[in-house]
Amino acid sequence: MNLRSSGTQPVRLEQDVVLARQTARKLATELGMRLIDQTKLVTAVSELARNTVVYGGGGDMDWQVLDDIGRVGLRLSFRDQGPGIPDIRLALTDGWTSGGGLGLGLTGARRLVDEFDLQTAPGEGTCVTITRWT
Amino acid sequence: MDRIPILQMGEYLLVTIQVDMHDQLALNLQEDLSERISRTSAKGVLIDISALDMVDSFIGRMIGTISGLSRIMDAQTVLVGMQPSVAITLVELGLTLPGVSTALNVERGMQKLRDRVERS
Repeated sequence: MNLRSSGTQPVRLEQDVVLARQTARKLATELGMRLIDQTKLVTAVSELARNTVVYGGGGDMDWQVLDDIGRVGLRLSFRDQGPGIPDIRLALTDGWTSGGGLGLGLTGARRLVDEFDLQTAPGEGTCVTITRWT
Repeated sequence: MDRIPILQMGEYLLVTIQVDMHDQLALNLQEDLSERISRTSAKGVLIDISALDMVDSFIGRMIGTISGLSRIMDAQTVLVGMQPSVAITLVELGLTLPGVSTALNVERGMQKLRDRVERS
């Protein structure tokens, strides 16, 4: 797997969620991703970026354009130094929320992408990485 | 502060969302709409989202809340213009917008709104 390009941008304020969506849309368009796949990816980015701001107290989004045999993909990581998730299984349950949301952010985002990885520990922040291939 | 314009046409209110909304903007719209329904005694609300290329759980929840609160205030809501890719994504996300009335475009949406207002 080759790394074509990469970058990082802050995800600290509500407005940054919009900017994260716009970056994901731009990259997905440049990759020639189908509209439906773009929409799924951008929606997942929106959910995860909001989690970073609301639950993680702000963080960063790293993006990577990847080149694998015969396919290209976009990988995005959302990192924060927040309280972390004490119970991963619970957090990945539909409809469960620690805040006032619908509890669809994390689980919904997972359904919208090809690869999903969650690294977290209480007091050590959270890093969610998603990948969507063309 | 950013606001999404709400147009009044007789006893109907018309909202066309044309910007990439941040969360506060969505919450403002929710408040503004309830205030306008109360002030104008509007019977129907048409929300056009044909320009939205993404609806996430936050915006989805806002749409559901607007629909619910307008019903409590004796007004009907119809959501129109959802792009197919947005609809597919919403369902996959797990959000099917129960209780929200929808139509494919503004024309059909207005018709549906009139029918519903007449029946209520």
